[in-house]
Amino acid sequence: MFAIMEKELLAPGIHRLEVLAPLVASKAKAGNFVMVRVHSGGERIPFTIAGNNPKAGTIMLVVQEAGKSTKAIGALQAGDTLLDVVGPLGTPTHIEPVKSLVGVCGGIGVAPTLPLLKAFRAKGTEIVTIMGARNKDLFILRDEVEAVSDEVIYVTDDGSFGAQGLVTDALTQLLEEGRKFDQAIAIGPARMMQATCKVTEYYGVPTIVSLNAIMVDGTGMCGACRVTVGGETKFTCVEGPDFDGHKVDFEELILRQAFYREEERGGENCQCHSS
Amino acid sequence: MSLKLAARVEMPKQPAEERRRNFEEVTLGLTPDQARAEASRCLKCKARPCVSGCPVEVLIPEFLALVVQGEFEQAQGKIQERNSLPAICGRVCPQEIQCEQRCVLGRRGEPVAIGMLERFVADYAREGELARRQHCELKMVPQSLLKEGAPRIAVVGSGPAGLSCAAELAKRGYQVDIFESLHDTGGVLRYGIPEFRLPEAIIDYEVDYVKSLGVNIFTNVVVGLSLDLLELLESEEYQGAFLGTGAGLPYFLNIPGEGLNGVYSANEFLSRANLMKAYRFPHYDTPLKVGRRVAVVGAGNVAMDAARVAVRLGAEEVSIVYRRTREEMPARLEEIEHAEEEGVQFRLLANPIKIHGDEKGHVQAMECATMKLGEPDASNRRRPVVVPGSEFILELDTVIIAVGQGPNPLLTRRLPGLALNEKGNIVVFDEYGATSIQGIWAGGDAVSGAATVISAMGAGKRAAEGIDLWFKSRGQDSGI
Ligand SMILES: Cc1cc2nc3c(=O)[nH]c(=O)nc-3n(C[C@H](O)[C@H](O)[C@H](O)COP(=O)(O)OP(=O)(O)OC[C@H]3O[C@@H](n4cnc5c(N)ncnc54)[C@H](O)[C@@H]3O)c2cc1C
Ligand SMILES: Cc1cc2nc3c(=O)[nH]c(=O)nc-3n(C[C@H](O)[C@H](O)[C@H](O)COP(=O)(O)OP(=O)(O)OC[C@H]3O[C@@H](n4cnc5c(N)ncnc54)[C@H](O)[C@@H]3O)c2cc1C
Ligand code: SF4
Ligand code: SF4
Ligand code: FES
Repeated sequence: MFAIMEKELLAPGIHRLEVLAPLVASKAKAGNFVMVRVHSGGERIPFTIAGNNPKAGTIMLVVQEAGKSTKAIGALQAGDTLLDVVGPLGTPTHIEPVKSLVGVCGGIGVAPTLPLLKAFRAKGTEIVTIMGARNKDLFILRDEVEAVSDEVIYVTDDGSFGAQGLVTDALTQLLEEGRKFDQAIAIGPARMMQATCKVTEYYGVPTIVSLNAIMVDGTGMCGACRVTVGGETKFTCVEGPDFDGHKVDFEELILRQAFYREEERGGENCQCHSS
Repeated sequence: MSLKLAARVEMPKQPAEERRRNFEEVTLGLTPDQARAEASRCLKCKARPCVSGCPVEVLIPEFLALVVQGEFEQAQGKIQERNSLPAICGRVCPQEIQCEQRCVLGRRGEPVAIGMLERFVADYAREGELARRQHCELKMVPQSLLKEGAPRIAVVGSGPAGLSCAAELAKRGYQVDIFESLHDTGGVLRYGIPEFRLPEAIIDYEVDYVKSLGVNIFTNVVVGLSLDLLELLESEEYQGAFLGTGAGLPYFLNIPGEGLNGVYSANEFLSRANLMKAYRFPHYDTPLKVGRRVAVVGAGNVAMDAARVAVRLGAEEVSIVYRRTREEMPARLEEIEHAEEEGVQFRLLANPIKIHGDEKGHVQAMECATMKLGEPDASNRRRPVVVPGSEFILELDTVIIAVGQGPNPLLTRRLPGLALNEKGNIVVFDEYGATSIQGIWAGGDAVSGAATVISAMGAGKRAAEGIDLWFKSRGQDSGI
């Protein structure tokens, strides 16, 4: 059992949790994730470790309500527990000391991006972050991102905050203006990462993406999370979740993510375990 | 005049039509009378060939004699002298190539049903124990033999190798902590072998027994990621370690189309079904799409299990696709027969070359080549060769790949100095499983590659002996 020490609503349907998991907290590095099971009938679902405090033995998770399991987490309070938390899983991001970096994050993607920004910042990298959301109410972790960025550019679909448009519009504009970056990070929905990679590929900026493949065990045992990178099959949970975005077969990833969509909807009809 | 031998007992089982629709155990077990009659067929051979056929040398004639006398609980004790998981081995050992293959009765008729009897004895003892516990409301009596100050050993993995190593060490007085990366114990016993072949209640009981010896089990701990093993040994928190990490990494065929939806590794298919209980979706949250027409590629135990789970989950047509013939199929004979009774079809001498999908990225068909058997290869099996121009198409919704597993590199990659072979298996340097790192032993599938429950258990037990000898030689043993 893993106790939820703090819980905070960051935006509608988006929660920040501080979870007591000392082993994970002591070993977590930027790019790692955990697998969580809420209760004994639950799925194992992956969440990025958005921050860790080894002293307190806690890790920070940012959870967006998507389906049954994430809604169940949304309904928990500080003092409640998660049944299983295992990690840190995956291969930590390789942090190359570069001069300048652009972070591009869509929606909840800011949570996995944050530890990477911090790690690059610690190496002295200059950072511009582009944050996109549907509207102004959905931005999260702004203070934290601003604290590790030299500049933050906001865009919204509806223009309710920052410029109206997509993160790729803002990125293209920067690159067109002649801004140079040694490295890009793009994390968010698969379509957004794919579109961002098209832009960075054109301008020749190496790009790290974090793939959210469907997972079962998260330890290399099932192969559900396999993705094609540079023509080779890779298990996201072991060799990722970070990959070279210019080599990822996003079309395959997007089709694979959709495989259980109908069942996930049906699954919400069983309320046996929700309490 | 030749003596007429009594016929071997038939294990009662659920009718195929019924069991195709449930996950309850297929075979129903013997009655005490059946067991006594079957055990009395044993000739008590002096040479004991059956014993040498068993990887852990269960005292077969001795336990059979106790069964004949109706002393079932004593028979259990006799088996447990050599085998700490008899209810499991009685169910899943490939007896026809182990103990029963060597039974002299097999030369003229049918061998003694050693496996069924081992299962009967273990079930009888377990039910008795459970009834007593319920009756007296007693908790399992702690039999801990742990010695204060004895060396503390870390066991990685709670599969049969890890469990038997831990049990054996605890019996010798060592302090043992098992670390398991999944949320539940048992390794393949839990996530791979389905409920209808090995009920979970039995795994729970055997795991409880190991715990009752004083062994601690920590789930949700991935050694190598959550814990650094070398750090633990250097800081002397642990004085030794055993790696029983298994062969959990699924192989794929590396043919076009394996990224399509509807293509599963057998590990994914079975762990969704068993570990995550997808067969009870939506009561359990993990979904599993089975489809109408399913092909399972491969013909080992894993393939049979996947095919039979698919049948039970409602697939209409399930076939095994295998590139050799029936004779070469590596699965236990009983499982092949059960699969066939349940309506699984066998497409032999067929080798997949490509999986075709529709515009949604979903499996539509699998293209196969027809094979014929050529010259024997290094493993002395006749090598299948392609018949030119013989390609054919199977229309399918689901493809399950069950062509073997390799060792999981999560931990071994993070142990610099640990010798591995070219396949990634851990290399051991003596019969006890000593690895290239002092203080670390290994055994089971992680060393041998995918093998059997009983061989993994045997390896775990031998490692415990080796660990004990090592500490004794240094004057640091538990003093038992
Ligand atoms: C490495 C990794 C890190 C992640 N980190 C975070 C995080 O920090 N915060 C967060 O909120 N989410 C994160 N996710 C996504 C999260 O795991 C899914 O949202 C979650 O599994 C959905 O579970 P559910 O039962 O609530 O929804 P479901 O009912 O299972 O699914 C709802 C919808 O989400 C889709 N879906 C299911 N599983 C995934 C998945 N693994 N990735 C993407 N879509 C999925 C389904 O197809 C469906 O359309 C991460 C995923 C991965 C692989
Ligand atoms: C579907 C299927 C059916 C089978 N049927 C039969 C049968 O009928 N008869 C038979 O004899 N054999 C059968 N086998 C083979 C048999 O199950 C295995 O040979 C046996 O389980 C191997 O035992 P093990 O302890 O070495 O490994 P496993 O059972 O694989 O256990 C290894 C354990 O270690 C854990 N682990 C791995 N890495 C780490 C880490 N870094 N940290 C913590 N924990 C870790 C794993 O999660 C796992 O629980 C079958 C196998 C499968 C897959
Ligand atoms: S453990 Fe397996 S091989 Fe040994 S006697 Fe029992 S059934 Fe036979
Ligand atoms: S070989 Fe067969 S008949 Fe002989 S002792 Fe063993 S079980 Fe009995
Ligand atoms: S989630 Fe099972 S192998 Fe990656």
